[in-house]
Amino acid sequence: MSVAIAGAGAALARLLQKPAQGLATCSRQQHLRTRAQRLNARRTATVRGFTSSGRTLEKRYTEDHEWIDTSNPELASIGISTYAAKALGDVVYVELPTVGTEVNKGDAIGAVESVKSASDIMTPVSGTIQEVNHVLEEKPGMINKSPEADGWLAKIKVSDAAEMDGLMDAESYRKFTEDVDKK
Amino acid sequence: MVPFGGYSMPVQYSDLGVGESHIWTREKCSLFDVGHMVQYHVEGPGAEAFLESLTPADLKSLPPGQNTLSALLHPVTGGIVDDCIITRLEAGPRHLFYVVLNAGCREKDYTFLCQAVENWDNTINPVVHLRHLQHDGEPYGLIALQGPLAASILKSALAETCRVDLQKWYFGTAKHITLALPSAESLPIVASRGGYTGEDGFELSIHPSQVVAVTELLLQRAGDDRLRFAGLGARDSLRLEAGMCLYGHDLDDTTTPVEAGLSWIIPKSRRTRERSGFNGAEAIIPQLMPKSEGGTGVKRRRIGLVVDGAPAREGAVVEDGEGNVVGKVTSGCPSPTMKKNIAMAYVQSGLHKAGTELQVVVRAKRRKAVVTKMPFVPSKYWKGGVSPG
Repeated sequence: MSVAIAGAGAALARLLQKPAQGLATCSRQQHLRTRAQRLNARRTATVRGFTSSGRTLEKRYTEDHEWIDTSNPELASIGISTYAAKALGDVVYVELPTVGTEVNKGDAIGAVESVKSASDIMTPVSGTIQEVNHVLEEKPGMINKSPEADGWLAKIKVSDAAEMDGLMDAESYRKFTEDVDKK
Repeated sequence: MVPFGGYSMPVQYSDLGVGESHIWTREKCSLFDVGHMVQYHVEGPGAEAFLESLTPADLKSLPPGQNTLSALLHPVTGGIVDDCIITRLEAGPRHLFYVVLNAGCREKDYTFLCQAVENWDNTINPVVHLRHLQHDGEPYGLIALQGPLAASILKSALAETCRVDLQKWYFGTAKHITLALPSAESLPIVASRGGYTGEDGFELSIHPSQVVAVTELLLQRAGDDRLRFAGLGARDSLRLEAGMCLYGHDLDDTTTPVEAGLSWIIPKSRRTRERSGFNGAEAIIPQLMPKSEGGTGVKRRRIGLVVDGAPAREGAVVEDGEGNVVGKVTSGCPSPTMKKNIAMAYVQSGLHKAGTELQVVVRAKRRKAVVTKMPFVPSKYWKGGVSPG
């Protein structure tokens, strides 16, 4: 997901002053803690799912903070990560792709907008859009409530399964976001 | 602050998101640390005439304690160097002005003002001094209290010896106040009623040694069910709803006040032959009159838009009904108060009337946009009447 901070926002980022940064660091530590807890919870949930239904929820992540569920390449869900949803803030508008569109890996297939910014969503793999989540048109806040489940954006028929191998698994993505935060 | 996608996200505090913080400000009160803004004193017998040579403000008739929005202007073109608030301070010498400028223009303004002082000194003009407000290299702090509870919160923090009547302290005026700091005697604070959100509120200019103490006092007296920190994210959406410009986006060096819809900062008294000797007047005064009446008019104007569907952000192209490009968006966001997408744009003169239907291109799709009068959300400045808060 590439974030194009709205014009004013970009200026605001430049204007950040010391007291605000100090407080924000504090909030980031809290945020890291919460995220670690959530990731642990999710790992536990995955194991349970595997033993009961036999179906693995195998998520892969991009450096742009999208996820794809690789368990069914014929109809793979795409969305944005919990980390990204948190960083965006309250999503107030979601632009969905059109069903039937053929897309190449990295193409912008939609966008999410919060009060402060607009962010393109790029498809992690090439393929054809099969379904879109119309719920998000009425309830864009679903992206914040459930970014990695009910807040899915689209389902894609993957044209080249090998493209999924190059993506990060949950553990690598967690490390990646920690490194991003450190910078 | 969250680093993300190669950008630094605009600041917000940990307890409220931007949208929540925005609503909080409209319903209760927020504290904004805006100490990044640049504060000057301009003083001396030449101060009034000096500032009137750079800005279209009528400072001659500005009473003590009163302030005005104005703009530093480029010579000849009348382009806006920066927008500013000029206050003639209430106490002290009559020729003492307090000027607040944008942080984004810090170096440019400094160079511009120094050059202007130098030019001024090279003539027989009365003396003027320019002084950046700082102490031992630390700039003065600036804290904005904004929201319907601002007056009662400020009142609860006043020193016992400070007797100001908040009922009779109107929008656009500044007073010297002292607060009930627990640990030290409060140094005088210049407090201006107004702000950058459209709400009632105050901006407090504070000696650098007491900024933290004042902030803590306000937070403690108010309690966190009434007052919260707000970041620059909420500040931006609030000012946009209030129809206020952000320099570098809605205003720049090539834009005149008339194009920016700020003709009202050029009072009638400064449009006369005798007193229109401000920078760029030769370009600006004719713009105030349309061609049909012997003026030059302007080719483009700043307007407000309400956009359907996706929010239009800075840079989005504005088209007329036939798809001809007629302008560009300079600021935009989803309005948390109105639950609609609002934007400011510059469009061809003639298409600037409220109700004109245009369209805005967002991600290659055309979205309906209607020219709308600003402010989008009515301002609630304190001008007397029923009790504030």
